[in-house]
Amino acid sequence: MAQIQGWDIDVRGDDGLGLPPGKGTVKQGEEIYLSQCASCHGEFGEGNGRWPELMGGNGTLTSDDPRKTVGSYWPYAPTLFDYVRRTMPFTAPQSLSNDEVYAVTAYILHLNDLLPADAELDAAGLKAIRLPNRDGFIAEDPRPDTKSASEPCMRGCRTAPPRITSDLAERLGVTPTRTPKD
Amino acid sequence: MAIDDRNEVARQVAAMRVAAPPLRSSRRGLLAGVGAAAATAGLLHPRLALAKGGENLPPNVPEWTRMLGAGVSEKPYGNPSPFEKHVVRRNVEWLTATEQSSVSFTPLPDLEGIVTPSGLCFERHHAGVPEIDPQQHRLIIHGMVDRPLIFTMDDLVRFPSVSRILFLECPANGGMEWKGAQMNGCQFTHGMVHCCEWTGVKLSTLLAEAGVRPEAKWMLVEGADGAVMTRSIPLAKAMDDCIVCYAQNGERIRPEQGYPVRLMVPGWEGNVNVKWLRRIKLGDRPWQHREETSKYTDLMPDGKARQFTFVLDANSVVTFPCPEKPLKFGKGFYEIRGLAWSGRGRIKRVDVSLDGGDNWQSAQLQEPVLSQALTRFRLPWTWDGAPALVQSRAIDESGYVQPTIDQLRAVRGVNSIYHKNAQQTWRVNPDGTVNNVQIL
Ligand code: HEC
Repeated sequence: MAQIQGWDIDVRGDDGLGLPPGKGTVKQGEEIYLSQCASCHGEFGEGNGRWPELMGGNGTLTSDDPRKTVGSYWPYAPTLFDYVRRTMPFTAPQSLSNDEVYAVTAYILHLNDLLPADAELDAAGLKAIRLPNRDGFIAEDPRPDTKSASEPCMRGCRTAPPRITSDLAERLGVTPTRTPKD
Repeated sequence: MAIDDRNEVARQVAAMRVAAPPLRSSRRGLLAGVGAAAATAGLLHPRLALAKGGENLPPNVPEWTRMLGAGVSEKPYGNPSPFEKHVVRRNVEWLTATEQSSVSFTPLPDLEGIVTPSGLCFERHHAGVPEIDPQQHRLIIHGMVDRPLIFTMDDLVRFPSVSRILFLECPANGGMEWKGAQMNGCQFTHGMVHCCEWTGVKLSTLLAEAGVRPEAKWMLVEGADGAVMTRSIPLAKAMDDCIVCYAQNGERIRPEQGYPVRLMVPGWEGNVNVKWLRRIKLGDRPWQHREETSKYTDLMPDGKARQFTFVLDANSVVTFPCPEKPLKFGKGFYEIRGLAWSGRGRIKRVDVSLDGGDNWQSAQLQEPVLSQALTRFRLPWTWDGAPALVQSRAIDESGYVQPTIDQLRAVRGVNSIYHKNAQQTWRVNPDGTVNNVQIL
């Protein structure tokens, strides 16, 4: 049905099912990116202020400050096409043509050293890209994963008196006030 | 609630009557009693002192008694009293770059009972709130079905309907507290949850119309907002208890909650309860979309991330006392109040500790105790004015016991963002103020 087609935009991440015809180059993507994405995501994908970063972070997933980006965390490249086409640029969702989405997708992959500067991207090319964190996910939910007695203790449960490990909340000054906004 | 617990409560109330100033039924009596107690403690609260300036107080006849009030049609849709202006959703400005992809929190400390007023339900949007004309909205069901279908809103309302009171919680609720106590307010530590009565048509009814093909195992659900939000959900859940909802607390769903139609996925993380629902596609495996890979996955200390962690484990919080609601009458009687919930079914029991987990008492649960709904608990307490560490611990019908923050961190580290359901600790200070702390 033609009516359904207009909304049937999903692309499956693991095999690219649903990728439309079209293509775009890293070069074309750079232009689109600089004019329509960089104001938030930064010229090199580093993210301006609190806007999301789109590159880097490799090797940080086990660190104190993991940086989860397309390059370091995302498992599947076609997901990038799907996401950009459905909702980016943030202030004008679904304003890019399929060719433009291929191009800007190619550019983001290039920013993550996953495509050379002279590359052109289409459906087949996108399916062929293997993202570094492809095997980084566990699909089975192992919860409940915390150990606790089935009949929890009610009296004299502590072996040592409680020790306060964190009491900064009161002084951090990051909690909004209760004064009503008028 | 067990008989034993009820006896325990009765015993404590009896003890309280002896120990604390008597509670009288008139407001004047209550204040007089408390005033006396506070004066003894040398802690007369400034607000009580101010109240005496009012010429509307007895024995004077108040101004609102001596005039006519507003007529019936002045407010065809009523609002809360102007004196309740502080009871609002609040957001944390520094948290996000923009209010269009952001969150506002339910004012839990200001609410009673189990039902959240529709206008106070926390919001989480990824591209703002769309204004959808229901006449021009459609729900498409297609993919691995015998008959792809397009429903109008009238079609959906025509089907046999169901109503359920359900909680809905963002899995990032409490997510700011993994590394330490950060937000000094119950609204912000636990306010990404609400509980409403939801009405709609069972998704299984709609899927039966479309005819599910045997190879279908998952579905993709999609919103009509600018985020065109998508999540993959196992078909077994869809057939079990998902509801395609058009009403919330008796009226049409609020725009912020998905007007004109949203999906309710009982007990599962908020994000899969897609708002502004426009499309459901059946397939044989998940779509691995951005919201189930880049987001809503739980990064473990070994660098691997858990995916499709749908169920919300049991959680609870004491909503009185809490940082926003100090003990303002000095020593004496208070009722500890709180909320508990579990995605795995009914809350079986809630224990409360006043000494940081050394001793626990089971609280009274407000009836009815509903599966996958907020459950109100209450425990009478006569505060002796000493510092206290107040905690609650929920146990659900599956036997799951809400963990401590250490138990959670021992398994998941501090970087998994989502599903932080640890026991909350409020420190009550001798002056009655309350702070968010973490203890070992
Ligand atoms: C006005 C600011 C803004 C602009 C311009 C913008 N984005 Fe975004 N982008 C966002 C925000 C905000 C998010 C996160 C949205 C959310 O999660 O709700 C985001 C998320 C993303 C993500 C996902 C990041 C991740 O790791 O999950 C990608 C990829 C992306 N944007 C690509 C683009 C592209 C390509 C363009 C240009 C065509 C673009 N964006 C333009 C604000 C912007």
